[in-house]
Amino acid sequence: MSGHVVPVRVYLAVFVSLLILTGLTTAVAFVDMGPFNLVVALVIAVAKMLLVVLFFMHIKYSPPLTRLVLIAAVLWLGIMVTLTLSDELTRGWEVKIQGLSAILPYFRALLP
Amino acid sequence: MSSTATVDNLEIPAESRLNYLNASYGIKSWLLTTDHKRIALLYLVSITFMFLVGGVAATLMRLHLIEPQGALVDPETYNRLFSIHGIVMVFFFLVPSIPATLGNFLVPMMIGARDVAFPKLNLMSWYIYITGAAFTLYAAVTGGVDTGWTFYTPFSSNYSHSAVIPVALGVFITGFSSILTGLNFIVTIHKMRAPGMTWFRLPLFIWAMYATSIIFILGTPVIAITLFLLGLERLLHIGIFDPAVGGDPLLFQHLFWFYSHPAVYIMILPGMGVISELITAFSRKRIFGYSFVAFSSMAIAVISFLVWGHHMFVTGQSVYAGLVFSVLSFLVAIPSAVKVFNWTATLYKGSISYQAPMLYALGFIGLFTMGGLTGLFLASLAVDVHLNGTYFVVAHFHYIMVGGAVMAYMGGLHFWWPKITGRLYPDAWARFSALVIFVGFNLTFFPQFVMGYLGMPRRYAVYPPEFQVLNVMSSAGASVLAVGYVIPLVYFIWSMRYGPPAGPNPWGAKGLEWETPSPPPTENFEEIPIVTEEAYNYPQLPEVARG
Amino acid sequence: MADMTVHAVHGEHPPGFAHQFEDMEQQREAGNLGMWLFLATEVMFFGGLFMSYIVYRTKYPGAFADGSRLLNVKFGAVNTAVLIASSLTMAMAIHSAQTGKKKPQVWYLILTMILGALFLFLKFNFEWRADYHEHLIPGFGFYVRPEWGGGGAHVQMFFLFYFFMTGLHALHMIVGIGILTVLTVMAARGRFYEQYYAPLESSGLYWHFVDIIWIFLFPLLYLAGGRYPIPGVTH
Repeated sequence: MSGHVVPVRVYLAVFVSLLILTGLTTAVAFVDMGPFNLVVALVIAVAKMLLVVLFFMHIKYSPPLTRLVLIAAVLWLGIMVTLTLSDELTRGWEVKIQGLSAILPYFRALLP
Repeated sequence: MSSTATVDNLEIPAESRLNYLNASYGIKSWLLTTDHKRIALLYLVSITFMFLVGGVAATLMRLHLIEPQGALVDPETYNRLFSIHGIVMVFFFLVPSIPATLGNFLVPMMIGARDVAFPKLNLMSWYIYITGAAFTLYAAVTGGVDTGWTFYTPFSSNYSHSAVIPVALGVFITGFSSILTGLNFIVTIHKMRAPGMTWFRLPLFIWAMYATSIIFILGTPVIAITLFLLGLERLLHIGIFDPAVGGDPLLFQHLFWFYSHPAVYIMILPGMGVISELITAFSRKRIFGYSFVAFSSMAIAVISFLVWGHHMFVTGQSVYAGLVFSVLSFLVAIPSAVKVFNWTATLYKGSISYQAPMLYALGFIGLFTMGGLTGLFLASLAVDVHLNGTYFVVAHFHYIMVGGAVMAYMGGLHFWWPKITGRLYPDAWARFSALVIFVGFNLTFFPQFVMGYLGMPRRYAVYPPEFQVLNVMSSAGASVLAVGYVIPLVYFIWSMRYGPPAGPNPWGAKGLEWETPSPPPTENFEEIPIVTEEAYNYPQLPEVARG
Repeated sequence: MADMTVHAVHGEHPPGFAHQFEDMEQQREAGNLGMWLFLATEVMFFGGLFMSYIVYRTKYPGAFADGSRLLNVKFGAVNTAVLIASSLTMAMAIHSAQTGKKKPQVWYLILTMILGALFLFLKFNFEWRADYHEHLIPGFGFYVRPEWGGGGAHVQMFFLFYFFMTGLHALHMIVGIGILTVLTVMAARGRFYEQYYAPLESSGLYWHFVDIIWIFLFPLLYLAGGRYPIPGVTH
C-alpha cells in the first residue's frame, strides 16, 4: 500500500527548525517592538505550524482532497474570527449613514 | 442505470426472503448492529419519540395561548415550555431527522456501497444521541430551562434559576452524534461510490447530504465549545458574558449563531434533497438543471456560514457589521430560489401523479417559498427592527421548518417506506393526512405572520386582547396539525403488519436503491452495480425537447 | 449479528481489513480522510476559544498582558520543545512501520508517551501548582492584585482562558497518550508493517494536531504582553 516514506533527515531538519523557531519566538518576546511583537509571534507560529503540517502530517505528500479539508478548516476559522471582529471592533464607530439626502446638493450643482 | 441486482419475486412474502430486518433476531442484534439500515431505524424510533415530546410542549403552548391572560400555565412554566419545545425540536428532531434516518438508510444504497465508511462510528453516533437526549429529557422533567433554546447570556449564565447545565450538557453531547454522522457521509460519498458513479451522476439527495455534512463538520464544534463556555461561566461566574464586569453578551451570541444559523440549513438542505427525488419520481422526468441544483446545495452550505449576524440586528451589534450581514443574507436566498425554479421547471410538462409523497413535495415548494420570501423581509435591516422578536419571525421559521423540512421528511418517509419495510401503506389515508397537515399547518402559522406584523411579541405568556382571534385561529390550526401527524403514525405501524408487500420499485422510480429487493438484504447489493446512466434517466416523452 | 458481506476469498485481504471497503487502499484513504475531517472539527472547537481570547485580548490588552507575564515562560518554552520532540518521535514511529522495523516502532511510541507525560507533569506539577499557590485560579480563590488596578476582573478572564485552553489541550494530550498505549501494545504484537499502519498514521495526525494547538497557545498565552522589562514594573 502506498504511503510516502519521508526520509529521516527531513524529519530531523524539521525538528531542528522547530526548536530554533521556538527559541526565536521566546527571545523576541524580550524585545520591545510594540505592536510588532504580536505580528512576529504569529508569523513564527504559522511557520512552525506549516512545518508540522507539511512534513510531520505529510500534507506535502497528500492528495488534494486532504489539503482542501485543512484549508477549509483554517478558512472557516478565519471567517468566524473576521466577521465577529467586524462587529466587536466597529461597535464604537459613529453611525454616519445619511442616505440619498447627502448627495442631493451634488445633483443640484449640476443644474444650469 | 444498469445493475445486476436480483429481481424480487412478488409471490414470496418479504418475511421469508432473507433481508436486513430478519437477518438476525434479538435485541442485541439491533443494539449492537453496524448495519446502516438498522441504525437508521434505531434513529427513526428515537427521533419520532423526541418529535412527540416537542409536540406535546407545543400543544401545551397553543392551548395556553387561547386566552390573552394565558389559559393553562403560569409565565414561568410557559418560559420552560417554549424553551424545551425549541431545544427538543431543533437539536433532537430537526437536525438529525433526515440525515440520521433517511440519510443513514439511503446514502450507501444510492451510491452503490455496502455500508458507510465507518459503521461502528455510525452506531456510536446513535448511542451518543441517546445519551444526550436522556440528559436533556431528565433535565426537562425536573424543571427544564427558561432561557429559550438560544440560551442568551447573561440571563442563562448568571441569573436563570433553571437546569441550564444539564440541558446544555445534553445538547453538547448530542452535537458529537451529528459530527460523526457528517464525517461518515463525507468519507463514504468521496471514497465508496460504485464504479461509474461519477459526482454528476449522483442523486441530488446525495449532493444535499454532502453539503449538509460540511455544515455538520465545520459548524457543530462551535456550538459545543460555546455551551462548554456557558457551563463554565455558570459555574464560576468569571464574567466573560456579563457586561457588569466587562464581559460581552454579544460574544456569546456570535458564537451561538455561528453554528445555529448554519444549523437551520442543516435542517432544510436534506429536505431539499428529498424534494429533488420526489419531484423527479412523480413527474417521471429528469431534473431541470441538475448541476445548478447540485451546486446550489454547496453554495447554500458555504454562504450559510456568512450570515449569522442577521439574528443580532437589534442587539447592539455594530451597524456596519449589520450591513454586511444583511447583504450576505440576501445572497443566501439566491441558491434556494434556484432550486425552487428548477423544481418548477421539472414539473413543467412532466407526467405528474399525486400520490402522498408528491403532495408533500408540492406543499413543500409552496410553503418553503413563502417562508423563504419572508426571510428576506427579516434580512432587511430596517424592516427587521420592526419584526424582530415578534410572531412574524416565529411564522417565518415555522414555514421553513415545518412547512418545509417536516413536510419533506414526511414525503421522504412515505416515498421510501416501501423500500425500508417492504410494505405499502394505504395511500388514500396518506393523501388525506397530507391534506390535513397542509390545512392545519397554514391555519396554525399564517395568522402568526399577521399577528407578528401587528406587533405581538414572541415568547410571551400573555398578550393584549386584540390578538385573541388570531391566537385562537392558530391554536385551532395546531389541533388539526396534530391530528395530521397522528394518522401516519397509525397507518405506518399498521402497514408493518398488514400492509401489502411492496415490490422492489412500487413507484417506478430511478435510483440504485430501487434496484434492490424491498426490504434490501444486509449487504445491499449482491454484486456492486456498475453505473452507466445519468441520474433520473426517465424516458423522455416525445413532446419534451430537452429534459 | 449476521454480516452477510459477499467478497473475494478471505485470504486475499490482509489482517486489519474492514469488509465495507473494496480493498486496503480504499480503507486507508477513507481512514486518512476521516481523521483529517475530525481534525477540522477540532480546529473549529478550539477555534471558538481562540476567537473569544482574541476578542478579549483586543478589548483589554493591558490586563491580558499583566496576566500573561505571570505565566512561567521557561516552563512554557521547555514544554514547547518537549512536544516538538514528541512529534518527531511519533513521526519516527510511523517511519519505522513504513520501513518494516518492529522494535523501533515500539520504542518510538513509548518515547512519545514519555514526552507527552513529561509535558503534563511539568504543566500540572510546576505551573498549575504554582498558580494555585499564587491564587491565580479563577473561581477558586482568585486574588485580585492591587497592581492590576481596575482591570482585575479582566485579568481573571485571562486566567480563565489560560486554564480552559491549556486544560482542554491537556485533556487532548491525555486521550492521545491513551491511544498511544493501545497502539504500543498493538505494535508490540507486530500488527503494523509496510502494508498496514493506518492506525499509526491517523493517531500521528491527531498527535501532531495537538502539538500545533500548543504551538499557538504558547505565544498567545505566554508571550502575549511581551516579556520585555516595563519601566516601573518589577515582575
